[in-house]
Amino acid sequence: MFIMETTTVDKPLLSPKDFATDQEVRWCPGCGDYSILAQVQKVMPTIGVPKEDIVIISGIGCSSRFPYYMNTYGMHSIHGRATAIASGLKAARPELSVWIVTGDGDGLSIGLNHTMHLMRRNFDVNVLLFNNQIYGLTKGQYSPTSEENKVTKSTPMGSIDHPFNPLAVVLGGDATFVARSMDRDPKHLQAMLLRANGHHGTSFLEIYQNCNIFNDGAFEVFTEKGTKLEEAVFLEQGKPLVFGAAGDKGVRLNGLRPEVVSLTDGTYSADDLWIHDETDLMKAQLLTRMFDDPKADRHLPRPFGVFYAHERPTYEEMMTLQLEDAKARKGADLDKLLRGNEVWNIV
Amino acid sequence: MERKQEFVQDVVIKFAGDSGDGMQLTGTQFTNNTALLGVDLSTFPDFPAEIRAPIGTLPGVSGYQLHFSSNSIHTPGDAFDVLVAMNAAALKVNIKHLKKGGKIIVNVDGFDAKNLRLANYPEGVNPIEDNSLDGYEVIRMDVTKMTREALKDDKMGTKEKDRAKNMFVLGFLYWMYGRDMASTEQFLNEKFARKPEILDSNIRVLRAGYNYGDTTETFTTQYQVEKAKMKVGSYRSIMGNQALAYGLIAASVKSGLPLFLGTYPITPASDILHELSKHKNFGIRTFQAEDEIAGISAAIGAAYGGHLGVTTTSGPGMALKTEAMGLALMLELPLVIVDVQRGGPSTGLPTKTEQSDLLQAVYGRNGESPMPVIAASTPSDCFDMAYEATRIAVEHMTPVILLSDGYIANGAEPWQFPNTDALRPIHVEFKTELGHSEPKFQPYLRNEKGVRPWAVPGTAGLEHRIGGLEKENVTGNVSYDPENHQTMVKLRQEKVDKIAQYIPEQALDNGPERGKVLVLGWGSTYGVIKTAVKDLLAEGHEVAHAHLKYIRPFPRNLGELLARYETVLIPEINNGQLIKLIRDQYMIDAKGYNKIMGVPITKAELTEAVRQYL
Repeated sequence: MFIMETTTVDKPLLSPKDFATDQEVRWCPGCGDYSILAQVQKVMPTIGVPKEDIVIISGIGCSSRFPYYMNTYGMHSIHGRATAIASGLKAARPELSVWIVTGDGDGLSIGLNHTMHLMRRNFDVNVLLFNNQIYGLTKGQYSPTSEENKVTKSTPMGSIDHPFNPLAVVLGGDATFVARSMDRDPKHLQAMLLRANGHHGTSFLEIYQNCNIFNDGAFEVFTEKGTKLEEAVFLEQGKPLVFGAAGDKGVRLNGLRPEVVSLTDGTYSADDLWIHDETDLMKAQLLTRMFDDPKADRHLPRPFGVFYAHERPTYEEMMTLQLEDAKARKGADLDKLLRGNEVWNIV
Repeated sequence: MERKQEFVQDVVIKFAGDSGDGMQLTGTQFTNNTALLGVDLSTFPDFPAEIRAPIGTLPGVSGYQLHFSSNSIHTPGDAFDVLVAMNAAALKVNIKHLKKGGKIIVNVDGFDAKNLRLANYPEGVNPIEDNSLDGYEVIRMDVTKMTREALKDDKMGTKEKDRAKNMFVLGFLYWMYGRDMASTEQFLNEKFARKPEILDSNIRVLRAGYNYGDTTETFTTQYQVEKAKMKVGSYRSIMGNQALAYGLIAASVKSGLPLFLGTYPITPASDILHELSKHKNFGIRTFQAEDEIAGISAAIGAAYGGHLGVTTTSGPGMALKTEAMGLALMLELPLVIVDVQRGGPSTGLPTKTEQSDLLQAVYGRNGESPMPVIAASTPSDCFDMAYEATRIAVEHMTPVILLSDGYIANGAEPWQFPNTDALRPIHVEFKTELGHSEPKFQPYLRNEKGVRPWAVPGTAGLEHRIGGLEKENVTGNVSYDPENHQTMVKLRQEKVDKIAQYIPEQALDNGPERGKVLVLGWGSTYGVIKTAVKDLLAEGHEVAHAHLKYIRPFPRNLGELLARYETVLIPEINNGQLIKLIRDQYMIDAKGYNKIMGVPITKAELTEAVRQYL
């Protein structure tokens, strides 16, 4: 019923370089944003959309400089409102491929209201939320995803704010696509960008991004070689939740409670594990809650991949249907409208 | 029995009752019926901020004032000839504005002990039974009782039956003014098409009210008003918010730009959203956002996509939109921002009128942020100015602020609606490709009007990035260069200033080309200034009236015009805002007349104020 026509490209295939601009990239050396930019530029030529039909809209923050470095249409807007601006653009021009680039401050602090409403409305747009758990552009204050007790410029005695769990938050807003990836795993990030693009509806992709200046190493246990395989579990549709450098651990559902089990002590095998089903909302909610502090005893691994993907009609499709229906029923006669039903004549 | 037909020229009726008594509906119905007679009219609905203030109390009184005349009129009138008082509170609130010798139609049931107590009348005092209303003609009607009587065979409960009592009063007034009730019967037929029982009871009570006038021997006179001598043509009745919505629709059709409204409900602007959302057949997208900021932001997104972006609001919402307005200004995208002003500051007086957002409109943004500001002066003028706001926005690539207010938004008047072929064209120019000598698209390269090109996503070869950071002149690249910033500030100002070349010169509305006093108004004070000046001119005074529709920039001849009068008097429903702009720009010692009570200035007040300078 709600099938969108896909745009076909007759032009020669573009390369990542075609998506680079002549502007000097001005993120700090070593910033995780470079990798994300590179992966987006790599993926864009493969999605079958001419670059003039791609629009990247951002808010304010380090991540929000992103549009300047992409040779597509783009808008670097104001703090927190990229989602609202993108909503208006997509409602007006449903055929465009609209990407929103935001950060944990922009999208979850000042702009959380609009982020949540975007989720429930389900415009067919892609949100890339760069989460570095810190305010970078304003030089190092804690963010709504910073952990408790975090010492920053604005919290010399440690933060007393409890942090957001971004994926649990957007799933609470009935997001139709929820995924997590990281700057340090280009292949996984590319795969997630493609999945986000392919989803028909709002896709929300949280990207763990290292701010090497103000919050270096925030995610290193998930991203660095020595610990990554022990602390991260990569979700694959229809596959059991297995992790560990030797594939020796798994997550099993004990009733509604996920627990880590050993696959080597003979008690459990892969058949006993939680089988990932990204269409299952209940399981997706449990997955978002696998959010333990990696320093805690007996903690669960942090999931990466597509948590949830479910299609329902998009806002712009329903809006278009209403317009077409109204036009079919009433036509559009401006003189008739201005005249109204009760007219008198002075002669 | 012999009926006397008396002709009257000019009538002001005030319908007043409890918020739940349906006075707005009664007033609107009588207005529409009156309009069809071809007389001139002006209305003033006045209702409490509470949806239902406690029944029977003074704050719960809702009123609707209608002025109709066979002469040309411009205000709802200072005082009424007829007061309909559905309860004691309605009488108490309104009696002071009833003309001496005027008629009071009272609903007797609304004057029982409880209602008298709620209206704060002292124990044992009933104004319709003592002599306090001597000097008025009191028409006592047992509306509740007669409504119930008319519906005595109906099964519905007493409470439901009582809901129809406004129809009884309306029917009676239709008799009193010798009207045909077809317009209201048709309205009821449409409104209650799916509720035949309610339809039937309303029509029966309406007719009962009419027949009551016709058969009761107490009433011997019917009043007729002759047609007004208005310009030849076709007319309809229109309210300000409705006219504003129609102006936007017309602008969308004539410009070929699909209309996108991003908005959030707020009194008294919500009716524009309601109206526009009814006309999706014109391709209008209405987006009720999660807040005021998202409303304007979505409109900016749509404008970026090549649509006619519009946002509508009132004072507090305007404050919230401030930052996004600055973005639109920086992006140099067309956008129409409508502020239907109400009493402020903060939540202020949500249902009362005021002209107190003018300085907010002109100055209320961070940085040097010039933006065109225009204002509508009457309900039907809302059509013209909405159309004009769009024209300026699109042809000059700028956000434009259109100021209306609660008074004209809810007021109605006859409107000689235009033939759409005759509407001034709106020129839209999208940039679609690079020119011969353009190696690269320059999004901030300006034309002779100082206007940059509008290149929308989907246009191959013109991919570019814009944003809220300062732009390098011509290229639009981010620039922190000091000289460039100064250049850009000046260029943005110049672009807005140049609009003065594309708007009409300021004309006099009335009065001599030079002389003692020029009354300079803007917005909804038009009607009262027009009326007061007309009277003073008839008395032989040297007084003229000019009404500003364009405030930023001012019409290019304004300074010269102001200099021709000894005194420039500026009446405003605020604490003196236009006067600041005039004094600042033209260095003249303009005088103010300011009323800040949430209600319009009356003719008597203004006439008195002008006399001081004659």
